[in-house]
Amino acid sequence: MLRVDLSKRLGEFSIEACFASEGRVTGLFGASGAGKTSLINMIAGLLRPDRGIIAIDGETLDDTTSQTHVPVHRRRIGYVFQDARLFPHLDVRQNLDYGRRMNHLAENSAQHTRVTDLLDIGDLLDRRPGKLSGGERQRVALGRALLSQPRLLLLDEPLGSLDEERKEEILPYLVRLRDEAGIPMVYVSHDASEMRQLATQIVMLQRGRVTAFGGAEVLPAAPERA
Amino acid sequence: MFELSPTEWTAILLSLRVATVATLVATPLGIAVAWLLARREFWGKSIADAVIHLPLVLPPVVTGYLLLLTFGKRGLVGAWLAEHLGIVFAFRWTGAALACGIMSFPLLVRPIRLSIEAVDRRLEQAAGTLGAAPWQVFLTVTLPLALPGVLAGMVLGFAKAIGEFGATITFVSNIPGETQTISSAIYSLIQTPDGDTAALRLVVVSILIAMAALVASEWFARRALQRLHGN
Repeated sequence: MLRVDLSKRLGEFSIEACFASEGRVTGLFGASGAGKTSLINMIAGLLRPDRGIIAIDGETLDDTTSQTHVPVHRRRIGYVFQDARLFPHLDVRQNLDYGRRMNHLAENSAQHTRVTDLLDIGDLLDRRPGKLSGGERQRVALGRALLSQPRLLLLDEPLGSLDEERKEEILPYLVRLRDEAGIPMVYVSHDASEMRQLATQIVMLQRGRVTAFGGAEVLPAAPERA
Repeated sequence: MFELSPTEWTAILLSLRVATVATLVATPLGIAVAWLLARREFWGKSIADAVIHLPLVLPPVVTGYLLLLTFGKRGLVGAWLAEHLGIVFAFRWTGAALACGIMSFPLLVRPIRLSIEAVDRRLEQAAGTLGAAPWQVFLTVTLPLALPGVLAGMVLGFAKAIGEFGATITFVSNIPGETQTISSAIYSLIQTPDGDTAALRLVVVSILIAMAALVASEWFARRALQRLHGN
């Protein structure tokens, strides 16, 4: 379970968010500039809230009243960024292995195979990130986050930088991930149809405030395909 | 005519030794300083930056004299080092290495700082979310990506150290076999009657070393770009 109750000022803008989600995939839905990325950066520990609490599964990660702040590298929260952020000096294999090495986890070839199969990246292992397509990069980034064995996975518009065709390429992998990987996820997007396909619970964010919480019914009416 | 005499060889080898030691000792320090300047905000940062660049703009004889006052036998630091650690800089090749290290430090730090600044901080954040502690982020992401800049800085620093003259001769004088580097050997030769050809030979050697250093540093800079783009 993810529990968030916090406030944060960022210049003129402020975020005040309070919600608790049990969902397998918590969708953070809102227009760009609604504060979605700042909110998950706080969950990841990249940004500190001014006031409030962040906790997962009963463990407090941030609590401003007791000055608790677990640093980002000890949170074991995976993060898939919109721009993939693969390490350019490492090949795909080393990128995938990075989290395992940093967390001193034992090598687990079964897990490795499962993830590379799930994401169809087994053929890319010897390539450098510079030689991958946008969709491939995003799949490797997903695999890299999964293999660090996080207890929560944050996905910040992972399809945001891809064209329609590539989005259709990645979405099925995300659905498989939700149904097979068994790791709770927070999925950030401004795209209602992605939310419908993936999220089990939705937090609607507008101008830094939570304006609705619930199932797919909180999303705006059926998409108008242009 | 092209045969190098034993004295000339001694000067060349001494220069290489002085420059190598100066570069190897200065590099870890240079990386630390470059990282602080590139990634941290602290009180007095612009003063620190100015002090590091001072040897570049001060007359070398001033730097050499300051070294003599500080690290000379009766200097504040020099006396202490000699008494407690047995390290003597005055009129030794180690003093030449110290002078060269300080004179070349700004040239060493600059490319390293620029290459650390060029490393995408978002990659460092990503490493953090994968469980890397800050020092691990530095060793596995920042430093490898900045490595070509580090090598470029080392090459430039080395080339500067090889050619250093003013501070070295002021601080440790011009003793053949101990502190007489290529530069001070050339200086002695052109003041000696019939020293012209020997001086010319050392001039050619200097030019060759400097050219090699520039080519190497350019090559490392190109590698840096490739590395950052992940090809």
